[in-house]
This record gives sequence, structure tokens and C-alpha cells, in this order.
Amino acid sequence: MAELTKELSQVKADKPTAPGKDVKVHPAPEPSGKRPFEAPTGTPTVIVDDLHIVYRVYGAASDAEKGNAVNAVTRVLKRQGRPQMKEVHAVKGVTFVAYHGDAIGIVGRNGSGKSTLLRAIAGLLPPHKGAVYTDGQPSLLGVNAALMRELTGERNIVLGCYAMGMTPTEVREKYQEIVDFSGIDEFVQLPMSTYSSGMGARLRFAISSAKTHNVLLIDEALATGDREFRKKSEQRIRQIRESAGTVFLVAHDLRVIEETCNRVIWLHKGKVKMDGDPKEVIAAYNKG
Amino acid sequence: MSQPESAVADAQAGGRSGQEPLAKLAKRYGLRRAIARPRFPVYVRQLWQRRHFILTYATSRNVTKYSSSALGQLWQVLTPLLNAAIYFLMFGLILGGGKNITNYPAFLLTGMFIFTYTQRTVTAGAKSISGNLSMIRALHFPRASLPLAYTIQELQQLAISMGVLLVLVVFTGEWPTWFWLMIPVVLLLQTMFNIGAGLVIARLGATMRDLNQLLPFITRTWLYASGVFFSIQDKVVNSAELPQWVANAMYLNPAASFIEWMREILITTHNPQFGHHPPPMVWMSCVFWAVFALGFGFWYFWRSEERYGRG
Repeated sequence: MAELTKELSQVKADKPTAPGKDVKVHPAPEPSGKRPFEAPTGTPTVIVDDLHIVYRVYGAASDAEKGNAVNAVTRVLKRQGRPQMKEVHAVKGVTFVAYHGDAIGIVGRNGSGKSTLLRAIAGLLPPHKGAVYTDGQPSLLGVNAALMRELTGERNIVLGCYAMGMTPTEVREKYQEIVDFSGIDEFVQLPMSTYSSGMGARLRFAISSAKTHNVLLIDEALATGDREFRKKSEQRIRQIRESAGTVFLVAHDLRVIEETCNRVIWLHKGKVKMDGDPKEVIAAYNKG
Repeated sequence: MSQPESAVADAQAGGRSGQEPLAKLAKRYGLRRAIARPRFPVYVRQLWQRRHFILTYATSRNVTKYSSSALGQLWQVLTPLLNAAIYFLMFGLILGGGKNITNYPAFLLTGMFIFTYTQRTVTAGAKSISGNLSMIRALHFPRASLPLAYTIQELQQLAISMGVLLVLVVFTGEWPTWFWLMIPVVLLLQTMFNIGAGLVIARLGATMRDLNQLLPFITRTWLYASGVFFSIQDKVVNSAELPQWVANAMYLNPAASFIEWMREILITTHNPQFGHHPPPMVWMSCVFWAVFALGFGFWYFWRSEERYGRG
């Protein structure tokens, strides 16, 4: 915590005099992505080059083929996919370059490929075509998938920290900080299944934000918990953002994006519809 | 924090017209592909760094596994016991499978518990990737952590069931000998084999969705071929009058080898001509399968490392 507070105070001190750290002048590429991206200032941290992501989705099995070993054998032998298997082309040729100090907001309707894009940048989804180049290992803010509802908060904190790649020493150091930040107090001894949804969200956020990252990807993490906690978490996000080199933020709350980002990418049906200054892009996005 | 400067920058950027491809730009700044498979030694080292996660994950899964059932962890022991009871009734009493076997209960129990360990690991391994897609799509870690954690989970459960097995074997009239010190060696070799088999089946299960439907079918065939409730030598050569090489081939299957070795250790009257030592063929088969499966499993799983998130 000491380290973070120090950073925070430093950031606060910096703010009025030198907003330049965030306000990196950068070229905003056209959606076509044909132009060069050599930065006049700053170094690129994330390069997304004509990225395509294709998902496989499996529908529910019909009665006719459910759990029948013979059917399964014939299907395997014939090398057939399930008839219900669908391929979803979630991201279709996205190209952009992000620079050190950028805070990039990603907006778009549900299903426009925002979360998929983040996961591809994090290196969690293999590209169908194209490539993502990054400086170091970008991380998604979120450990929800590793936690188990039946476990106590205590065990979940340890499990979540290990899942994010911490060492035992780091886990011991961060443990109390996580408990304090989440504000769940003595509930930490109870299974997470007994938590209210707000408490669960608070603990998850506290765990996932305990680690510092070079390139950070945040997916709708702000809308958690009650008003007090929301303030706390927004502050924590800002803090993380200042210590990270580059931040990507996906949120439906446009106000948050306008406040924290210096560049906004508007995704529409898997393609970049607009990329540039937050005010302009959000104005255009609001218009439809 | 909105910046009017950005607009200016945009305009400037629009004016430039160098034609550097993005891949080159990335190379110039030392950026690497976000999803690249590390070299094999690096991969193994990354896995070692994740050992705490693997262990914690395995333990956590064990804690939660039976949390919804009243008898809880007891099922870990009850399941193989109930299975052994059914087989004892069917094959031992009704079909007379234990006719030529002196200590049939110990013979059956040893086979059942040892086979169950491998069977459960393989079944769990098949789901280790396909059942954890949300985690794979959210967090960074060497994917082999998952099948490894599943194997370790089964190993932790084996510790309980081995205790029960030893107690039961003593009840059937076998007394502990110094040869029991070899039990951990056999289990270590079996665990090595299980890890390898788990890794292979995990990669297969990640893409072949039908594998989960097929597996019960495969493991049951394997169970019958491994001589869990009958003596391979007795049934195949003496009763069915098949050539000796058929029996030998069956003994060379990993599950049968591990079971045979464990029986030699635990049961005095099992192949008394060898004492408590395993026949050379059996222990060589065990060592071969352990080393081969472990090496091949890691290599095979690693080859597909960057593709596991696709589903």
C-alpha cells in the first residue's frame, strides 16, 4: 500500500503542473488503418495489426444426439462438427497503435466486440488473422473466473492472488490491504456464496486491483458496489492508471470514459468506426 | 481529461505519409506478439513459477468438490469401495472370477483403487481446458497448470484412498512387509504417467467436444483390459487358450502394469515365484510409461499452448 500511496501523492502533485504525461500527442489512425503510425512523441506499447477474432460457440444438443456414445463415435470418425456449432466473427480487421501514457476508452453497443478485443490484446484469445504486438504482458483487470463461490473470502483472496501470478510473499503483503479495501470485515471467514452481490463485487474488485501492471485492460469494472465503494474504486482505477503505462477501458458509462481517457475508439460490429479525441467520438457515438 | 491537443495531433498525423508496415514498427520498438508460445524450457520454468497457484487451485477444488453432498469427502473412499463390492459380487461370487486367486478381495481392491486413480485423472483432465474457458480467457498463466492441478487434486484424494486400501488389505490377512516402502515409488511412477495422460487428453478435450461423451466408454474398455477383477494370465492363456503374447500385451498396458506391481507388493500369494518383486517386464513397462507419458504429454500440450482460448 505504501508504494501505491506514494505514487498517488506524486500523481496528485504532478497533476496541476504537468498534465503532459497523459496528454501524449499521438496520431489517431483512420478506421481503414492504412496510414503509418510512427509516433511523433512517445513509444508504442500496443500495436494491433488487422486483427480478426473468430469464436466457436456451441449450441445446446438436441434430444437425438444427447450423450449417445455411438453417435459420438460416428461423428468423430466422420470428422464432423456438431450441427449446432457456430463461428462468430467478433472482431473484423481492427488496426491501431497505442502509445505509452495513453488511456484509451473503447465504446460500442453490446456485442460490438469490445471485450473480445481486450482479450485479444491481453493475449488470451488467439487471432484468426492479423496480430497484436505488445510491450510486456498486458493484463485484464479481473480474476472472477478463478474464484470459487464455495470457498471463504480468505481462501479466495489467496487463490485469486496466485492466479494473477503473485508470489507467496506478495500475497502475504497484499492480503490485509485487500481485506481493508473491500470492507467486508469479518465476512472474510465465510464462503463467498453467502455474500450479497455488492460484497462479492467489492471483494473481486479489491483482489483484481491489487496488482500493478504495465499495460492494463479494464472491462466495466467501475459499476460495482454501493456509492461509497464506487468512489473508492474510481479513485483506485485512477491510481492504477497513473502507474500503468497504457490503459484500455471498456465501459458503458460514457461520463467515466470522457473523464479518464485521452482517446476513444468506437467499435461497431467488430470494426473501428471512429478513433480519436474523446469529445468528438462520444458526440458522434451519442448521435448514433 | 479531454485534450484539444489530440485534435491537432490527428491533423498532423493525417499529414504524414511514411509507409512503415506495423509488423516492422513493432520490431523496431521491441514489441512482441501478445500471444506467442514460449520456448519449451521457458514454458517449464513458467510452470514451476506457478506451482503455488497449481497447488492452491487443486486444494480449493478438493475442498469444494463434495461441499453439496451430506457425506462430503467420504465419497472419495465410498465410490471405489462400492465399485469393488459390485465387482466382488458379480465377478468374484456369481461368475467365479476369483476361483484361482488366493486372496481375491485384496486382489480386487488393489486393482480397483489403482485403476480408479488413473481413470479419474484422465476423465478430469479431459475437462480441464474445456471446462475452464472463462478463466483461460481472463487470466494469464501457462495453460498446463490446469491439467496439472487436476492431477494433483486426484493425487491428494489418492492419499486418503490409499490409507483405506492399506487398512482393508491388512484386514484380508496381508501383513505389512518392508516391501511396502516401495508403494510411494509405484505411485510416483503412476502419477508421472497420469500427468502425461492428463495433458494429452486435456489438449484433445479442448477441441474435440465429443470426447467427454466417449470417455466413459473408453475407460470401461480399459478397465476390462487391465485385469482389475480377473487375472490376465489365468483368463487369457489358461481359460481362453490364447497365445501368451496376448496376455503379455495386456500386461504392458500402463494401468495393468501399475496394478500388477502394486499387487506384488501388497499380496504375498500373488505370483509367489517372484517374491514381492515385480517381474522385469512389469517394472520396465511402468518406468517406460511414466517417462514417456510425462515427456510426450508436456510436449504435446505445449505445442498448442496459444490456441486454448478459442474453444
